[in-house]
Amino acid sequence: MAGAVDTSKGLPSHPERATLEGKNKFLGFWFFLGGETILFATFFGTFLGLRGGTADGPTSADLVALDLVFIMTMLLLTSSLTSVLAMFAMKKNNFKAMMIWMWITVVLGLAFLGFEIYEFHHYVVDYQFGFSTSAFASAFYSLVGLHGAHVAFGLSWIIVLLIRYRKSGITLTNAPKFYVAGLYWHFIDVVWVFIFTVVYLMGVGG
Amino acid sequence: MATQKQEKSVIWDWLTTVDHKKIAIMYLIAGTLFFVKAGVMALFMRIQLMYPEMNFLSGQTFNEFITMHGTIMLFLAATPLLFAFMNYVIPLQIGARDVAFPFVNALGFWIFFFGGLLLSLSWFFGGGPDAGWTAYVPLSSRDYGGLGIDFYVLGLQVSGIGTLISAINFLVTIVNMRAPGMTMMRLPLFVWTSFISSTLILFAFTPLAAGLALLMLDRLFEAQYFIPSMGGNVVLWQHIFWIFGHPEVYILVLPAFGIISEVIPAFSRKRLFGYTAMVFATMIIAFLGFMVWAHHMFTVGMGPVANSIFAVATMTIAVPTGIKIFNWLFTMWGGKITFNTAMLFASSFVPTFVLGGVTGVMLAMAPVDYLYHDTYFVVAHFHYIIVGGIVLSLFAGLFYWYPKMFGHMLNETLGKLFFWVFYIGFHLTFFVQHLLGLMGMPRRVYTYLGDQGLDAFNFISTIGTFFMSAGVILLVINVIYSAFKGERVTVADPWDARTLEWATPTPVPEYNFAQTPQVRSLDPLFYEKIHGDGTMKPAEPVTDIHMPNGSILPFIMSIGLFFAGFGLIMLNMDNPIINPWIVAIGGLALTFGCMFVRSIKEDHGYHIPAEQVKADLAELKKGGN
Repeated sequence: MAGAVDTSKGLPSHPERATLEGKNKFLGFWFFLGGETILFATFFGTFLGLRGGTADGPTSADLVALDLVFIMTMLLLTSSLTSVLAMFAMKKNNFKAMMIWMWITVVLGLAFLGFEIYEFHHYVVDYQFGFSTSAFASAFYSLVGLHGAHVAFGLSWIIVLLIRYRKSGITLTNAPKFYVAGLYWHFIDVVWVFIFTVVYLMGVGG
Repeated sequence: MATQKQEKSVIWDWLTTVDHKKIAIMYLIAGTLFFVKAGVMALFMRIQLMYPEMNFLSGQTFNEFITMHGTIMLFLAATPLLFAFMNYVIPLQIGARDVAFPFVNALGFWIFFFGGLLLSLSWFFGGGPDAGWTAYVPLSSRDYGGLGIDFYVLGLQVSGIGTLISAINFLVTIVNMRAPGMTMMRLPLFVWTSFISSTLILFAFTPLAAGLALLMLDRLFEAQYFIPSMGGNVVLWQHIFWIFGHPEVYILVLPAFGIISEVIPAFSRKRLFGYTAMVFATMIIAFLGFMVWAHHMFTVGMGPVANSIFAVATMTIAVPTGIKIFNWLFTMWGGKITFNTAMLFASSFVPTFVLGGVTGVMLAMAPVDYLYHDTYFVVAHFHYIIVGGIVLSLFAGLFYWYPKMFGHMLNETLGKLFFWVFYIGFHLTFFVQHLLGLMGMPRRVYTYLGDQGLDAFNFISTIGTFFMSAGVILLVINVIYSAFKGERVTVADPWDARTLEWATPTPVPEYNFAQTPQVRSLDPLFYEKIHGDGTMKPAEPVTDIHMPNGSILPFIMSIGLFFAGFGLIMLNMDNPIINPWIVAIGGLALTFGCMFVRSIKEDHGYHIPAEQVKADLAELKKGGN
């Protein structure tokens, strides 16, 4: 890998970890993601424990339409790919490419969020499936909604970074920030894979 | 006028500080205040139980006190007091100039503090939470729990965020900021245990945050998690609570073990016996601590298989704990022991903690637990762990590190008197509670009938609390007396100790080490005393030292979270003065606004020039330090 990195413009091969500050951010963020994993695990546990508690309301088999979820999954997985491409661009010190890939990531994420809002709206309006309908409903909205909130937070974070550093080029100060935001985005993506499996696939298949 | 201006700038200095040593002292003060508050509640509860059918407290007040006593002691007293020592000592012991994220460190303190304040406000809005510190549903559900529970939920939620980010800060500090030569297997044991305890916080406080969020949604936004008629499940709360709650014990007790492992070698004049075994025992305890949460739920009806698994896993913890106990004994064995106050606390910790551990194994036997469950036997058990373990080691650490933190000694005579009064009081209070429990006295009940055989032991137990209170008053007198009359400490190393914090001058300069030390062994300072000239070799030349700027943002961000929480609580109030949403969203906007300012404004800190550091060093040499 190191051979592929262009260090000719004075940037080290791992700009996100070149300073102590960057190293601290990098490691601290991994620990934070460890905590986030447990947070989501608890919500998953709650969902699994309560998904039978429908109290005569709609069950997941009534609700889930896999074609919609398929589109959402594709959007989010693709956005993860584009954020990887942005990190490759960063390591090659190609600032412009990094910014473009990051913006594409943002657009894909926004599209995902739009579909999720549509999905929730659809459930509430067409199925009378609100947050208080049953324990299953509360667990569903809090798990998927927590993920959605993470998507929204991640998007605003990345947008702030993109605007803040729109002209600065890649520096040792902002490289860790972009890198860490990228990590966060992957984390969101991985959580979605689990939600896709546990909430939607298991919801249809039992 | 001049003095007033001076005073203002001192307050501003403390509000904006990001120095780990000052933050440590703030944790110490805040933790002590909460400790006294919860202690007074305990005293009142014991007075209520002094005689049968007393009318000192009403049943409702008793329930509120019992809830707040437990909640405050664990979250707002023990944790911050340990954080005080961690904050002060960890960077010094690993040879670092600061923690990894000084800003986050200050933020962690203020969030904890305002969270605690939010919790305490409940008294002014119709009474404290009254569902026990475990807040079991349905006692705490929207149908049965009063407004106090909302303060419990949101106060703990806010203060938990502070604890969590501080833990991440410690983890990164210990991994990334160690001085050259300070390998992981040369870390002082207090740093090791703090490291593992921080890992536990990371993995245990997040389930708590999730659980509190669920309870909040249930109470404020009509969610149905814990409402059985709507498909909810009340045992779910117990699982979530205890998967946090059991590791919480280890979060507190592991750093306490660390303090003991520093104090006993220092005053036995021997290196810690079995260092490697101690490290791995700590890791095993931490791991098993997560695997045993359901031993709090033997009587819930999980069935014999689950009960057996959790019983066996629980008993397994006795093995690594036994390793630790024997290592402390072997450390003292044949040592030249100095019994000053710190050592008295540390050495008395060992048998007391064993007593608490033994009753723990007794409780771990699921069939017999049906007998002990919810009796005073359990109360006696966990107070032997928490007072006999954590509080005794906190006092040991206080007497041990006091000269480094405040520049003078605590009075030894008063200290020893304090030890004996407190220690006797502790055993008087809690030993007889084992017997009360075996006789069948239930816990959490505000009174009992006379002539049931419970009168004498309850009386003795209450007398014990008076002793403990007298002990704490003696400590306060000692602190005040020593501040004026105590022996001043100007030498770096008053105890002739072993670890790096004693290589820094007293008072510790803001940059800790003028030159980062080169670590050559476990117990680095002691190694230099034996093999070198008694001072640490520098690992770098004297250069400009980079320091972070102070900031008021952590303080404002925490106020924001405070109002966000308070606004949500207002949703459940009958006649809120203003729209709760304005308060809640306003608070959140304040917090996120500060985050935004922080991320937009580059803050590069400042440099202490090398000339200044050199002058400081020369000054120290002249003073013979």
